[in-house]
Amino acid sequence: MGKDTLRIISPNGHLGFAPTKEESFWIGAKTKPDYYCCDSGSDDIGPVPLGTDKYAGHPEWQKHDLELMLLASREQGVPMIIGSAGDTGSDNHVDAYVGYIRELAKKHNMKKFKLAYFYSEVDKEYLRKKMNNGETIEGLDSRSNLTIEELDKTDRIVAVAGVHPYIKALKMGADVIIGGRSSDVAVFAAPAIYEGFPENIAYYCGKVLECASFCAEPYGAKESVIGTITKDDVKVTAMHPNQRCTIASVAGHAMYERTNPYYEYVAGGMMDMSDCEYEQFNEKTCRITGAKFIPIKGRIKVKLEGSGKVGERYLGMAGIRDPYTIKNIDKVIEWAKAQVKERQPNAEYHLSYRIFGKNGVMGDLEPIKETKSHELLVVVEGVAPDKKVAEEVALVGTRQIFYARLPEVKGTAGTAAFILDEVVEVSPAYTWTMNHTVEVDDPLELFPVKMIEIGE
Amino acid sequence: MNVKTVKLVDLAKTIRSKNAGTDRITFDIIFRESENYELVKKSGVLNKKTISELFDIPESRIADFVEFDPAYAIKFTINRLVPSGSFGEGDVFGCQQYAPLYDIEIPMEE
Repeated sequence: MGKDTLRIISPNGHLGFAPTKEESFWIGAKTKPDYYCCDSGSDDIGPVPLGTDKYAGHPEWQKHDLELMLLASREQGVPMIIGSAGDTGSDNHVDAYVGYIRELAKKHNMKKFKLAYFYSEVDKEYLRKKMNNGETIEGLDSRSNLTIEELDKTDRIVAVAGVHPYIKALKMGADVIIGGRSSDVAVFAAPAIYEGFPENIAYYCGKVLECASFCAEPYGAKESVIGTITKDDVKVTAMHPNQRCTIASVAGHAMYERTNPYYEYVAGGMMDMSDCEYEQFNEKTCRITGAKFIPIKGRIKVKLEGSGKVGERYLGMAGIRDPYTIKNIDKVIEWAKAQVKERQPNAEYHLSYRIFGKNGVMGDLEPIKETKSHELLVVVEGVAPDKKVAEEVALVGTRQIFYARLPEVKGTAGTAAFILDEVVEVSPAYTWTMNHTVEVDDPLELFPVKMIEIGE
Repeated sequence: MNVKTVKLVDLAKTIRSKNAGTDRITFDIIFRESENYELVKKSGVLNKKTISELFDIPESRIADFVEFDPAYAIKFTINRLVPSGSFGEGDVFGCQQYAPLYDIEIPMEE
């Protein structure tokens, strides 16, 4: 006998990126939801964490959030599902989260429970073989299809899981699931599908819960919300005493961070929200009906994210106050660039300038062409495969702003102000080499599920 | 009949931009009530052409433009020239690209 209603709590839109707020979490936990679900990933954070295999969140915040969810879910004896472990869902981060759960179980003397986990990293050679066999790795979002050169430039790839490994883990009897990179929708949709609810309801439920309190108002992140589903509708309720889920806040969230508010693709199909109807069910709850899910015909397409290293990176900063220099800032930059070229005529490097006070934030998209600021900050980025070259590029590129030769400059003792007369080494430069999909016969071939026992 | 204009910032509840994946930035203009939404929508001032002029980009870079009635919102999405967070990045989250929309003048009949 299946359930008539299912209730899922979503405590945080990106577990561990900023700590979950506890008050609304415990208000939600007291209502005894059927599942505790949360995604811990994002591609918003740029390509560096995936490339370097480092966290964007903080381990202490990740542990904090996992501890809240583990305590509440184990106390109740209901499943807890975490997707995209450690921001990127890399294998190391899945291992780290499994380790945290083990640590927390020990700390709280928890009784034995079953933990399922899966990796989602993809071997370059797996894709190369497919490409050599004539298969297309299709580009997303106006990207071209993947080339072997782009594959070669990639250092780490994760496949984005849909519901499949989560449903598999639930069928295996998992109490806690730690997933590799996943579609945030899947973390919520999987238990709903596993419990026998229709796909359209399950996926929409995931859609509305994925960012936790981002679907509530007034604005306030990291607060818990609960989704309640039946076979016909999805209701979402804000747990924070001062937040409400309204038609405006829920519909507004439907378009957040998406190209289009009506359609969204996951591994296995497309959500169609063009006929969604929203109604205010009660003060804190919005009810949504009319969502559709169109399963893919043929083989399932799984999204791939790949990050490749460009080089080592140094940053320099220079402040400018002289009005004549500000007016001629483009000439100053040209001068500095030429000096770098003179020092490194043959080396491979990248040198970029962001000029804050002019168009540092928007670059070429900035419509305001006239600089009115009385001071500028120039941020210099030097990147090169060779570390020493990267350092020199940034250093010369920054210091030569100080020595810029402008015919009428009156401040001849130096045309730039420095916080530090040095450049700083920062994380290496990476780029998103892959935003593509790969076709598979069985999505589980990318996400084999493993099970272990934890606790005493 | 006199026609005056009012700035978009004075009509909208929310004007924001944010990454939509690694290759795109999406812009949302959300209104509190249907009146202002309909006013802006019917004015026809916001469209692919005006956006391409405002940001000085070819229309082909605008991946999507949609009027989203349930949220009283107008939404458009542009392709980045290079993926987010690449070398030379100025806004890794794409969340500070909306400001020029504030000053768009919307005609209002008196």
